[in-house]
Amino acid sequence: MLLNEKIKAARAKKDILLMTHLVIGYPSLDDNRKTIKQMVENGVDIIELQIPFSEPMADGPMIIKANQEAIAKGIKVRQCLDFAAEMTSTYDIPFLFMTYYNILYKYGVAEFLAKAKEIGITGFIVPDLPPEEGAEYLGLTHELGLFPIQIFAPTSSDGRMKTLAGHGGGFIYCVARRGVTGSRTNFDQSFDDYLARCRKATDLPLAVGFGISCKDDVDILTGKADIAVIGTATIKLVEEKGVEAVGSFIAGLR
Amino acid sequence: MNKPGYFGQWGGAFIPEVLYETFKELREIFEKAQQDPAFWQEYANLMSSYSCRPTPLTHAENLSRHFGGAQIYIKREDLNHTGAHKANNVMGQGLLVKKMGKKRVIAETGAGQHGVATATMAAKFGFDCTIYMGEEDVHRQRPNVFWMEKLGATVVPVTTGSKTLKDAINEAFRDWVANMDTTHYVMGTVCGPHPFPAMVAWFQSIIGLEAREQIMTAFGRMPSRVYACVGGGSNAMGIFQGFLDDGEVELIGVEAGGKGINTGQHAARLASKDASPGVAQGYKTMFLQDNDGQMLDTHSVAAGLDYIGVSPLLTDLWEKGRVRFEAATDQEVMAALDLTIKKEGIIPALESTHAFVQAFKEAGSLPADQAIIINQSGRGDKDIFTIAHAFNDPSWKEFIRSKGEEYAS
Ligand SMILES: Cc1ncc(COP(=O)(O)O)c(C=O)c1O
Repeated sequence: MLLNEKIKAARAKKDILLMTHLVIGYPSLDDNRKTIKQMVENGVDIIELQIPFSEPMADGPMIIKANQEAIAKGIKVRQCLDFAAEMTSTYDIPFLFMTYYNILYKYGVAEFLAKAKEIGITGFIVPDLPPEEGAEYLGLTHELGLFPIQIFAPTSSDGRMKTLAGHGGGFIYCVARRGVTGSRTNFDQSFDDYLARCRKATDLPLAVGFGISCKDDVDILTGKADIAVIGTATIKLVEEKGVEAVGSFIAGLR
Repeated sequence: MNKPGYFGQWGGAFIPEVLYETFKELREIFEKAQQDPAFWQEYANLMSSYSCRPTPLTHAENLSRHFGGAQIYIKREDLNHTGAHKANNVMGQGLLVKKMGKKRVIAETGAGQHGVATATMAAKFGFDCTIYMGEEDVHRQRPNVFWMEKLGATVVPVTTGSKTLKDAINEAFRDWVANMDTTHYVMGTVCGPHPFPAMVAWFQSIIGLEAREQIMTAFGRMPSRVYACVGGGSNAMGIFQGFLDDGEVELIGVEAGGKGINTGQHAARLASKDASPGVAQGYKTMFLQDNDGQMLDTHSVAAGLDYIGVSPLLTDLWEKGRVRFEAATDQEVMAALDLTIKKEGIIPALESTHAFVQAFKEAGSLPADQAIIINQSGRGDKDIFTIAHAFNDPSWKEFIRSKGEEYAS
């Protein structure tokens, strides 16, 4: 089943889906393992695995730190791929790679995508690769039946959203506000107007991320979006309270 | 045909979606300015009344005699207002900011020259100003930090990554993606996403336009070689553009050889074999990175050259064989600096001195009826702490010690 169809089928049973995010190798692969186990057992629907990059331009302080420390501890792209393979063979939910384009480019875009396909990755979020620069990536993902998740921002015009949706697949990642990951989002009238514009621009499911950290946030999104994305919040939680805290946190979100 | 924003296979605009409209506006305003002769006139007028353009071309007679070869000419960007070529780009972008109606500017800085130039422009045009600077550079270019703050800018020390120029660029982008409605990011060199490389090269071309005319007046014909240091590549592209179409003029870019090109502690992207193609900080070029695509720590005594990437325009010219690349080590730089000060009474910035090193290596092998030009991108005043330290200057140390005691009591 296509990712978008899977999401629609799951939405028939749940009011909103949860997508969580973690940085591979931070604090450690073993902590990642335990975190993911708790996420899946507590009903997370999709997981975004970030392959660390030394220049995470779109990320805020918490995720920058996670990227830097994972690299400083010696994590390699090859290990990230092995880890992802282990997760996809253990759990029956979609896993996505989130990373910056240089990781793909340096590996070889075609080789990277083929490898991702082979290890059971479903799709990709690459925040510094607009469709204008991504012809090879877009062509190959579609060819391989992988999903190049496209990103909408509050600054995207209606026309731009249509263009992006035309290149995308799986779902659309709607960035909730301007800025980088990690800080709070104001869910005000202009946010509602923005989401309404997103909804009008595409039939693909909508995920909303940036600044979503608690049940109240998820409640606000319920009925407006298909997927709530929890990023920095769980990374921070693991850092402050340890991996054991993840399960009840996730269970309490819906 | 090249894709817009590409120079050969290098360049592009690898930007997050949230900046798509911002870049569209920037491209449009830049293209309009380029097609409007009145805009360039306004720019040139500003640079001649607020800064010292045209900057002189100095015949370095003593150095020429010392090496006994080619006539050495020095293009004096150190005499530009704020002490470096950086002001050319900054004042140009400042005029664009006025047209866009934005009220705040941000910038990255390595040596602090671009930061000082941006803070100066902001003071003159009435903009708010925030400068991002790697923590390591805040320490080694302290005089410029002082002046930026005096000029009313907020200087934010960047503590992520290697705490140098590339990290300052990341932080400036992080500010911009939150504040693009009110804020323009004044990129300081011919790098980053399109249209920055083309835009900065355009404003800096004023160096080459002048130098070409000046060497014809002073020497009567084209120089054999033109030398420029290369951090991101803006002063080099600036002067090279005056001679690109003259095939007989050899163009030489000099990168930071740091502790030596075989030590791994350098910032020689094109002069060493350590760099490979990559995409980071919004553009495609040759980066100093590992096999996974993680950027490496670079080293140079000159903060302004201590950078992982290099202009896509220069990478293209290098690939096509039009620009030759060399590297100068920290040690060679100190020796050339000392010589230039003693022989000519000129104090080049540590960055600029890299170009002097290579010119000095080659001048003696050229006949006396040929000329070479060195682009002196900036003045060395900002480097007083680093230079005094490198020369282990006893009276300077004594002065710092007594100042320290004075402030401690
Ligand atoms: C005096 C001076 N020269 C050169 C550079 C290097 O920059 P670019 O290669 O863009 O000219 C700097 C950068 O800070 C500088 O301050």
